[in-house]
Amino acid sequence: MTLHFEPILQQWPYLLGGAWLSLQIAVLAFAFGMVIGLVCASVLRYGPVFLRRMVTAYVIFATNTPQLVQIFFLFFALPEIGVTLSPFTAVLIGATFNAGAYLCEIQRAGFNSVRLMEIEAAEVLGFSTPQIVRHVILPHVLKVMFPPLSNQFIVMTLGTSMASIFGVEELTGRTYNLSSQTYLSVEAFSVAAVLYIAVTLIATFALATIGRYVCRAKIKVF
Amino acid sequence: MPQLEIVDLKASYGPHTVLERINLSVEKGEIVSLIGPSGSGKSTLLRVLTGLLPPEHGTVRLNGSPVNYADKAAVRALRSEIAIVFQQYNLFQNMTVLENVMITPTRIKGWPREQVEEHAISLLTRVGLGHRLKAYPDELSGGQQQRVAIARALALRPNVLFLDEVTAALDPELVTEVLDTVRALASEGITMFIVSHEMSFVREVSSKVVFMAGGHVIETGSPQQVFDAPQEVRTREFVGKILRH
Amino acid sequence: MFASSQAEIAQLFSYYNLLLLVEGLAATFVLSALGCFAGFLAGFVVATVRVTRSRAMAPLRALAFAYCFLFRRIPFLVTLMLVFFASQSSKANLSTFAVASLSVCLIASAYLGEIIRSGLESVHRNQWEAAQTMNFSTFETLRFVIVPQAWRVVVPPTFGFFVMFIKDTALASQIGVMELTSAGKVLTNKGFSSWLVYGTVLVLYFVLSYPLSRLGKRLEKKLAATRNR
Repeated sequence: MTLHFEPILQQWPYLLGGAWLSLQIAVLAFAFGMVIGLVCASVLRYGPVFLRRMVTAYVIFATNTPQLVQIFFLFFALPEIGVTLSPFTAVLIGATFNAGAYLCEIQRAGFNSVRLMEIEAAEVLGFSTPQIVRHVILPHVLKVMFPPLSNQFIVMTLGTSMASIFGVEELTGRTYNLSSQTYLSVEAFSVAAVLYIAVTLIATFALATIGRYVCRAKIKVF
Repeated sequence: MPQLEIVDLKASYGPHTVLERINLSVEKGEIVSLIGPSGSGKSTLLRVLTGLLPPEHGTVRLNGSPVNYADKAAVRALRSEIAIVFQQYNLFQNMTVLENVMITPTRIKGWPREQVEEHAISLLTRVGLGHRLKAYPDELSGGQQQRVAIARALALRPNVLFLDEVTAALDPELVTEVLDTVRALASEGITMFIVSHEMSFVREVSSKVVFMAGGHVIETGSPQQVFDAPQEVRTREFVGKILRH
Repeated sequence: MFASSQAEIAQLFSYYNLLLLVEGLAATFVLSALGCFAGFLAGFVVATVRVTRSRAMAPLRALAFAYCFLFRRIPFLVTLMLVFFASQSSKANLSTFAVASLSVCLIASAYLGEIIRSGLESVHRNQWEAAQTMNFSTFETLRFVIVPQAWRVVVPPTFGFFVMFIKDTALASQIGVMELTSAGKVLTNKGFSSWLVYGTVLVLYFVLSYPLSRLGKRLEKKLAATRNR
């Protein structure tokens, strides 16, 4: 089995564009997911019982079913009630739905890591509530949440590859196109694999740097 | 012929030399104690002798034959003749007291089980733990764990016993029971190499005291010599400070 | 409208369709269980290699590290495609289930290798030293001292991984493996409404995953409580 990488490597701008789209999907889903997660985590901590139950049901359901099937549902089932989503939108909503649940869990753990004694100490020292949030609660919570959040982001970046199944032209989608054009499937997907490794490595480095300077959180790159 | 001979030993952790020009001679049945301030290299010397840190330079001779610490088989042979008790007991957490004492003789050395069991029970009784054979290490106090560690070392029937600051990690009230155990061993004629901070104990039990500082041997002599009539200035300083307590 | 929905549900859950779904569920379970089982064995080997410290083992250690590193940074779908096309062009002509199984084992070994390595390294270094000074070989140390202490740390994340893996196997439907998601596709092609079909499929995945999730969490609490030190 001789491998010809040149035709694939020639298309590196095309593939890189796909990688960029993958990242965009991941970033968007992550951002929206964080908002959902924040709301849900807040509900779990401060909300009335019936809302808490709903959030718990959402989290349990979303984390115990495959993201692929969730997107299938959005893409194929919604048109039956008249809501037709573009592939990109369906993937984004599905990824956000899925991410929201995991990010809720991470943020909930973050909230729970708050140390009451520190807050009491700050109160006694005369900190106002916004000051307590800014100087005592936030730094610690961010530090606790940063590693699992980074990890979740990487997982989500890899998860964007299933968007190709719906025709979205992100990295895996474009790789599949190339492989059917050139018949050099092994080469194409090997290059895609390397690109995913590169993208996740760069992302991990970037996150590790941000973590170290902004949140004083340590992430292992290797 | 001395049982243990150390000639011009040098050892480093990377670029830092931690032991230099160590010369020492130990006869069979002698009890040698290493004393000195923290960081003087006492525990490091023990680690080198027991093969946990390879020496850079120098010779160690056991019963006349040099030990090649670079050769794995030679180190294994050495370790079958010696036993070490660590500062942090290092008992195997997943085994009972009896299993801890028995595992090496039965599983590693392959000695017959009934004899090992008999010997193990008698050793544990001697160190005062014959009633806790089925206990796990986390159910025991520090002093009890250390006594088990001593029994475990003795079960190997070593020719030389190394004791590395065996009371340093213990609460004060538990130190006595361990020292009593070691004192009883001292009277049995087993060669011992002790690193300790317990000065009155060292003075009582040792046949030779070695004072180390900064990775060098500063002074060697009998307990009376080193404690009552130290020759070197640094020895005098050290002894003066500690005996004031 | 309502009457036809009822009829549809009844038809959906008719014998053959139900059988299709159950077979799909079984295939999903077998694929994930196979992957995790083989992955655990292979992962254990990889983890023990990574835990060695001798210079002689350095090349193998690097290999093991690279293996865990790389396969956890490639999407499941891409690994699946790679194995699929590699088997095709090398004329090995594996069945789609074999391709999926191979991919699943490769990925699971990498993840579980990492989990097991982490567990082995959680055992304090001085347990190794004590064993070393008593002439335990690496194998003997692992067998009598390290693994008995490490398994408590390894079991909960392994469970978590198993649950995650069940969901990942849905992607195997893309190369034609007849697991639960493919069963769903077949049923929608037969004409059943996607709501019903994919809704049922989601529920079935949930029924498979959730008890395992709960069990994993319960095990985690129990093992953490009885862990010493």
